[in-house]
Amino acid sequence: MALALDILSWFLILVGGAFGIIGGIGLLRLPDFFSRIHAASITDSMCAPCIIGGLMLQSGLTLVTVKLAFLIVFLFLTSPTASHALAKAALHGGLDPGEEHPSARTRQAQGDAAREGAQG
Amino acid sequence: MIIAAILAIMVTMALAVTRALLGNTVYDRILAVNVFGTKTVLLIAALAFLTGRPDVLDIALAYALINFIGVVAVLRYFEYGGPDGDGS
Amino acid sequence: MDTVIDVLLLAFLAICAVSILRLRDLFAMAMMFGLFSLISAGLFTTMHAPDVAFTEAAVGAGISTILILATLAQTARREQPVPTRSKWLPLAIVCVTGAALIYGTVDLPAFGDPAAPAHNHVAPYYLQESYNDIGIPNVVASILASYRGYDTLGEVVVVFSAVIGVLALLGLRARPPGIVAGPVRRLDHRAVLKVIAKLVVPVILLFALYVQFHGEYSPGGGFQAGVIFAAAIILYALVFGLDEARRVIKPQLLQRLPAIGVLIFGGVGLLTMLLGGNYLAYNALGENPQKAQQTGIILVEIGVGVTVASVMLLIYFTFAERGRGRKADEGDGGSSA
Repeated sequence: MALALDILSWFLILVGGAFGIIGGIGLLRLPDFFSRIHAASITDSMCAPCIIGGLMLQSGLTLVTVKLAFLIVFLFLTSPTASHALAKAALHGGLDPGEEHPSARTRQAQGDAAREGAQG
Repeated sequence: MIIAAILAIMVTMALAVTRALLGNTVYDRILAVNVFGTKTVLLIAALAFLTGRPDVLDIALAYALINFIGVVAVLRYFEYGGPDGDGS
Repeated sequence: MDTVIDVLLLAFLAICAVSILRLRDLFAMAMMFGLFSLISAGLFTTMHAPDVAFTEAAVGAGISTILILATLAQTARREQPVPTRSKWLPLAIVCVTGAALIYGTVDLPAFGDPAAPAHNHVAPYYLQESYNDIGIPNVVASILASYRGYDTLGEVVVVFSAVIGVLALLGLRARPPGIVAGPVRRLDHRAVLKVIAKLVVPVILLFALYVQFHGEYSPGGGFQAGVIFAAAIILYALVFGLDEARRVIKPQLLQRLPAIGVLIFGGVGLLTMLLGGNYLAYNALGENPQKAQQTGIILVEIGVGVTVASVMLLIYFTFAERGRGRKADEGDGGSSA
């Protein structure tokens, strides 16, 4: 039983570390801000619970586990919110998300309508 | 094993610092500092286990709170006097 | 292993410091300052100094960054390059001073040397007798609040003087002129942030209280708790607007709280004098010396916490108020978009 917990905790910590490194590489190599935030925030929100879960399995049923569970819940709530707020701020700050974004389509449609209105 | 976790976390921190230094736009820098903050929380939690002092976890908890508040503050500043300066 | 972590963190620190010097964009520089404080907190943790790491993380990475940003909101975004006539004289002065300092450090004892004078006079007494005299596990709390209580009283008064300086220079208006209560807004695009903030702010306040009262058993205490408490209210102000936050804590009350905190601390000293002991000799507070010491420490830490929290909040409100005042002619001033 203890061995199974140990192996599971090893596995979780390694997976969490791998997620973190993948996110870091994505942060560095992807071309655009919005793709970077996609990589960084998703892997961040996955990496933290994995590593902390692995640490929880190491410490058994004590107050430390409760604190770590609290940390997981908190990070789970606030890390995606911070990424959401950041992406929204970037969008409103004028960063262009690229052709695929619906707001780009709307802007393009508004531009077309304005041009047609000017011609008509 | 915890050493492996710490090494992985430090590699990610190095990558995040590089992005914070390079950063094309300010949002890249904010993102990089946010990632660095989360990794610091994980690093402190792992160090708590490595050194056998679980009471250090309170620092990790406090830092997670402070990281969130810091990012919200930065974004708020950005709404006021952003690059355009008109506070839109 | 410890060496590797230390070396890596110090390398990050050096890179961060160099980049702070080289950046011209002040906003990016503010972010790098936050990063610097984070790395320092990590270093303190590896040096087995959790109380200091706690304070550094809370104050340096949180409140300092927020205050720098609030200042930047009122000044320029980029640093003006300063024309210098000659770079050689300053460089020579810096090199000579640095060389003199390094020459001075040669005589210092090695890092962590047990035979160093700092570890040989009072420190062993504190470490050995703290549990017998006071009975709490956290030696830092017992040294700060009991053995060196006068120093802590001085620190609290210094924090108090800082806020007096800020208030004297900037001032906190009771009612911002020309700004009436804004129109009721429908749920706006910041709904996610508002919901999460409402969930998270009470939790942070509870955590601040935990840190305050558990500071005798784990890293924590009055300073850290005060900073976290202020951070929670600042989060509320950031998400919901400065007016809402001013309704939660009225500025008139807030301006009196630092003084009340200092009075609590000083008052404990007066109480012990009235009960027959010296100033801040907690043994006079009760029959059992350990219980008396713990009572004294709790009261004193409450005073510290109240002062620090109210000082941080006052400074933030003052800065944010100034930032808003510049846009006063635009109506609501963009305080809550």
